Amino acid sequence: MLEQVKQVILVLSGKGGVGKSTVSTQLALTLKEKGFKVGLLDIDLCGPSVPYILNLEGKSIHQGPEGWIPVYLDPEQRLGVMSIGFLLNSRNDAVVWRGPKKSSMIKQFLEDVCWQDLDFLVIDTPPGTSDEHITVMENLRPVKNCAAILVTTPQEVAIEDVRKEITFCRKTGIPIMGIIENMSGYECPSCSHCTNIFSSGGGHSLAELAKLPFLGTLPIDPRVGQLAGRGLPAVKEIPDSSTSKVFGNIVDSLGGLLSNGL
Amino acid sequence: MSNVPENAPHHCPGTQSEDAGKVSACAGCPNQNICASGLPSGPDPAIEIIRNRLSNVKHKILILSGKGGVGKSTVTSLLGHGLAAKNPDINIGILDADICGPSQPRVLGVRGEQVHNSGSGWSPVYVKDNLSLMSIGFLLGSPDDAVIWRGPKKNGMIKQFLSEVDWGDLDYLLIDTPPGTSDEHLSLVQYLCGAGVSGAVVVTTPQEVALLDVRKEIHFCRKVALPVIGVIENMSLFVCPNCHSRSEIFPATTGGAVQMCTEMDVRMLGALPLDPLLARCCDAGDDFTAQLPHSPAVQQLRLIVDSIIAVCEESST
Ligand SMILES: Nc1ncnc2c1ncn2[C@@H]1O[C@H](COP(=O)(O)OP(=O)(O)OP(=O)(O)O)[C@@H](O)[C@H]1O
Ligand SMILES: Nc1ncnc2c1ncn2[C@@H]1O[C@H](COP(=O)(O)OP(=O)(O)OP(=O)(O)O)[C@@H](O)[C@H]1O
Ligand code: SF4
Ligand code: SF4
Ligand SMILES: [Mg+2]
Ligand SMILES: [Mg+2]
Ligand SMILES: [Zn+2]
Repeated sequence: MLEQVKQVILVLSGKGGVGKSTVSTQLALTLKEKGFKVGLLDIDLCGPSVPYILNLEGKSIHQGPEGWIPVYLDPEQRLGVMSIGFLLNSRNDAVVWRGPKKSSMIKQFLEDVCWQDLDFLVIDTPPGTSDEHITVMENLRPVKNCAAILVTTPQEVAIEDVRKEITFCRKTGIPIMGIIENMSGYECPSCSHCTNIFSSGGGHSLAELAKLPFLGTLPIDPRVGQLAGRGLPAVKEIPDSSTSKVFGNIVDSLGGLLSNGL
Repeated sequence: MSNVPENAPHHCPGTQSEDAGKVSACAGCPNQNICASGLPSGPDPAIEIIRNRLSNVKHKILILSGKGGVGKSTVTSLLGHGLAAKNPDINIGILDADICGPSQPRVLGVRGEQVHNSGSGWSPVYVKDNLSLMSIGFLLGSPDDAVIWRGPKKNGMIKQFLSEVDWGDLDYLLIDTPPGTSDEHLSLVQYLCGAGVSGAVVVTTPQEVALLDVRKEIHFCRKVALPVIGVIENMSLFVCPNCHSRSEIFPATTGGAVQMCTEMDVRMLGALPLDPLLARCCDAGDDFTAQLPHSPAVQQLRLIVDSIIAVCEESST
């Protein structure tokens, strides 16, 4: 069903907790704000964060004549969301599946969701390099307009895992659109002193080393963390923040891609 | 042995799955009759081998979290150092069960070391006299090497780690796990069922995005009858090094770990603050507990170590 999608964007890391779900949701929300028609697919089966972040918990997926109908954030249906979170009875239910079962769920997510015409499909992935990743990459290989955005935080422990993820993308043939460095520096709300809690600059150097485009630096901004649970775009709520600028820029260049006929 | 036999079709749910033999993928599978009968295929002989191998390991603790990046690996290394420093006569081993993103060789400062396979098994790498480590990181050629394995292959590796590492006598074996509830976790629990696990230390951060996954993890523990030793809240508060004012970087909008522990009736072991020097020590492989013994994080850690020891001793008597 991905033939009707103009561009697929995989949000990947290798490292856990670096902000993949935050980036996926903010990217999708920014794209929607700029007038695109967007789908957001959450393939994190063990820890789906998207329903919570977008304030869609408790919504359910319906089976339509042509497949699963995603949950829409807005009445105009410009942002559709699919997540295993919508299929669980309770928000505390754990999905304890081994690889093969996870793989078949993800295949269903890729094949059986009725997204209709989309400009962008953003895919949020779980941490690590597991069956979920291998399956999604294998299934996306034949999809022409598909690329990955890698999210990292600046410290070595994270960079180390993201280097492995770059190898993974290269092996599976998924082009990398670029790297985002998240949680780089924190400005004290009382004295404005900036502390690099998780160091700083690591994502930028990694991009240079791996000869990949660098897409921007996001500081630690508790206001961004607090948008989680409310489903609100940073570009609208905190338009002057550097986070909004980075997402604005990424979306502008993505828009450019589309209008240049990819 | 994996749960997907060689001759099974691509979408085999695995012989241990509740759906074994019953799903559409099973149609035509040569094993369908056996699987559908639900007859147990007999206990994996590895369980007995692992029980023997680990019979000289007193307490086995899993460090878990459904959420990624909350500090499982950091906490594992801190607990390792904390336990080892507390009493030079006890021996601690750390098993890094994160196959795709092994962090322990870096965090413990032993990157680039080699493990040797002798007649009695793999010998772990010694971080200090009474602290040893085994990690897949020691087996990779370059830092760019990626382990791209599906579940069954990872399970095989975990089985090997549990059955073939020659730890010697250990008082504590701490097992660092990857994020989530995946093949690795299921295999650890399954393979260790004979040897016996003291329990799980669950790590979280204060915000709801993390707690959401951690509640699932605790349910997972209950499902597989793994006792929860307690919960550690990491990255709780941040104290500005310039003006000493406190801020919540990951705000506990739903009451943080304390409230979750009350709701779920599990023990709260303590909270560790965000400390930029701790992150730096992890990157450099330095022992934070020795470098900054008076920091609030290390003071909290000592209390946590004491509670864990108390729980383990109590459960083994
Ligand atoms: N730039 C930021 N400033 C402040 N908080 C942030 C920022 N980016 C992410 N966070 C917070 O950090 C936590 C982890 O982020 P998130 O859940 O997006 O990571 P993830 O990579 O999806 O994690 P996982 O690997 O578990 O899926 C969340 O609580 C999120 O709100
Ligand atoms: N209390 C703390 N103060 C400052 N930094 C910390 C603290 N705890 C962890 N960190 C840093 O946060 C990052 C994530 O920690 P760590 O790698 O231990 O998490 P993890 O849960 O093992 O991640 P993964 O899910 O990817 O395995 C590391 O860079 C670590 O140094
Ligand atoms: S019968 Fe079922 S469990 Fe057995 S191998 Fe076939 S699919 Fe797997
Ligand atoms: S019966 Fe089904 S589950 Fe079992 S092996 Fe065959 S295909 Fe796999
Ligand atoms: Mg996520
Ligand atoms: Mg880790
Ligand atoms: Zn300050």
